[in-house]
Amino acid sequence: MAELQFREAIREAIDEEMAREEKVFIMGEEVAEYNGAYKVTEGLLDKYGYKRVIDTPISELGFSGIGVGAAMNGLRPIVEFMTFNFAVLAADQIINHASKAGYMTGGQITMPIVFRGANASAGQLGATHSVAFDSMYAHFPGLKVIYTSEPDDAKGLLKSAIRDDNPVLFMESEQMYGMKGEVSEEEDYIIPIGKGKVKREGSDVTVVAHGKMYHVAKQAAAQLEKDGVDVEIIDPRTVKPLDLPLIVESIKKTNRCVVVDEAHPFAGFAAEIGFLIQREAFDYLDAPVQRVTLPDVNAPFAKNLLDAWLPSPKNVIDAVNQVTYRN
Amino acid sequence: MAKKKNDDINFAPRGRGTEKDGAVQKGVDLPKPTKKKHKSLGLTEDNLKAMYEQMYLQRRFEERAMQQYQKGKFGGFLHLYIGQEAVSTGTVFALNDDDDIITAYRDHGWGLCRGITANEGMAELFGKKTGCSKGKGGSMHFAKTENHFWGGYGIVGGHIPIGGGLAFANKYNQNGRISATFFGDGAVDQGALHETFNIANLWGLPAIFAVENNGYSMGTAARRHTVTEIVDRAKAYGMKSKVVNGMDVFSVYEAMKEVSEEVRENSEPYFLEIRTYRYRGHSMSDPQKYRTKEELDEYQKIDPIERLKTYLKDNKIMKDEEIQEIEDKVEQEVLDAVEFADNSDFPDESELYDDMFAEEEPYFHN
Repeated sequence: MAELQFREAIREAIDEEMAREEKVFIMGEEVAEYNGAYKVTEGLLDKYGYKRVIDTPISELGFSGIGVGAAMNGLRPIVEFMTFNFAVLAADQIINHASKAGYMTGGQITMPIVFRGANASAGQLGATHSVAFDSMYAHFPGLKVIYTSEPDDAKGLLKSAIRDDNPVLFMESEQMYGMKGEVSEEEDYIIPIGKGKVKREGSDVTVVAHGKMYHVAKQAAAQLEKDGVDVEIIDPRTVKPLDLPLIVESIKKTNRCVVVDEAHPFAGFAAEIGFLIQREAFDYLDAPVQRVTLPDVNAPFAKNLLDAWLPSPKNVIDAVNQVTYRN
Repeated sequence: MAKKKNDDINFAPRGRGTEKDGAVQKGVDLPKPTKKKHKSLGLTEDNLKAMYEQMYLQRRFEERAMQQYQKGKFGGFLHLYIGQEAVSTGTVFALNDDDDIITAYRDHGWGLCRGITANEGMAELFGKKTGCSKGKGGSMHFAKTENHFWGGYGIVGGHIPIGGGLAFANKYNQNGRISATFFGDGAVDQGALHETFNIANLWGLPAIFAVENNGYSMGTAARRHTVTEIVDRAKAYGMKSKVVNGMDVFSVYEAMKEVSEEVRENSEPYFLEIRTYRYRGHSMSDPQKYRTKEELDEYQKIDPIERLKTYLKDNKIMKDEEIQEIEDKVEQEVLDAVEFADNSDFPDESELYDDMFAEEEPYFHN
């Protein structure tokens, strides 16, 4: 194992896949000469040159569409968004074109493209820079959605995403780029898309949490352990395809579940997981499933309001106390 | 300062051109057609016969399709290309067969021109499994990628960057191919066009972007939806541009031949405003109150198919009987296509989930 920052793990994945396959290229705002807005692509221009590491204008719709056309015509683009908050401008290409062109033409078109970049909030950036888009994109058929929590997952899953012949959205976090973690040094390290991971074994309650929320759940679990509550944390890693069997298996053991999600509550990831659990594990539940999400409110700027807005370990502990009837 | 009266506030578009009392309002002003004869354009007599057959096929295919639609044989939208056949035909004859073509939802003519058979096309309209897109796409989504026809696309302007991407891949692979992206005049107001033009010229993409200006963005006349001449969009992005007479197949051919060679040679984008006219409504439900019968008549007098027929006869390339033979053959082909479509099976229900993902056994959320 090697200790890498999140950004380094992502960079390794891109670098290895670019070295392996000439058709892979990366484009986005500031990816080349600036070495990446968050330094994810640092050094790639020097290594691969202007043909394969391409600075774009601030034209999310335009360059995403060019990526889609390039993917249709045989290349394997990685399209970087500085954040998925800006990718809303490109949603027509992702939702209307990348996910649908193959189906509408009766399978004549394949779309091996990765859209990647930072997702969700990153401190006091205000309402338009703070939205988690993973469940929204997971709503649409034809898209795969990954939002990882640790560098090891990121490396293995991004390599899979780049090799996938379908459109994949790979989500990161500005606040996690500098986070360090052990990353497998196995040659050609691949994690299959759609496989979750038990990140912490426990017997009292299952907490499902992915992306940045995994770390909130982890802190809550450490606190709860002191109180004698043994939390199992499942990180689905891939939002879609969802590793539902892993979650259900855990609930059969713990009989209680809290879902932690960085999106708003209505029709989000937490709502979907809650539904699936009642359908698949109803007889195993000793308490209603609870969720911790953002409120149905835009991200505020003021620090105190932001802290109140973002799911916290305290929120998770409260929810765990609720499903374990400890309050 | 005195408040303006409400009546003085006016959001009626003040686009280009002015209304002229009493005169027939024209959707588009056509530039003069080329004076060149077929030989100096490099076209053989066989080319001309094939062009005529192709244009006549597009026309009769759609006229029959319209009948079938009115009989209730299929549903969905039906946007007819009738009147614009010279644009697809002149282009396809001018480009190399492996150049990449992509267009908007008025796509039947383009598909037929790029090798979708009348059977495959009609069956797609009917939503049958024998259709070019296996009944998954319908009228707006004809495609034949093996012939480098990437399809019709239904979101106005959405495919413009994709056309740029086709060119990007061609440049990346240095395969000598170019892309040609067609869209209606309504699409020139979309941001996608502007972003794509800027990037296309920044990166030197070997791409032709061509607006088929048929005078109307659905029911809004071009002069009411866009300021300045459409061709001038190119100026803002430093792109070369040209206005072409789209009612004359020779003019389209000549322009496409020249422009495609230049784009291929220099690897740079080019914008063409091809002025043409659609005879039918935007779609089948269009009462066409935004234009006059007289305007339509004006353009039908310069019908591109009639024009080529006259050329063929005047230049003694084909006699009436030979032309009739072609027309009879096409007529039969189209009637056979209707029968083929009618008799074909709908896709099996089991095919609902097919073609969503590249893998054999994909995940579907349930």
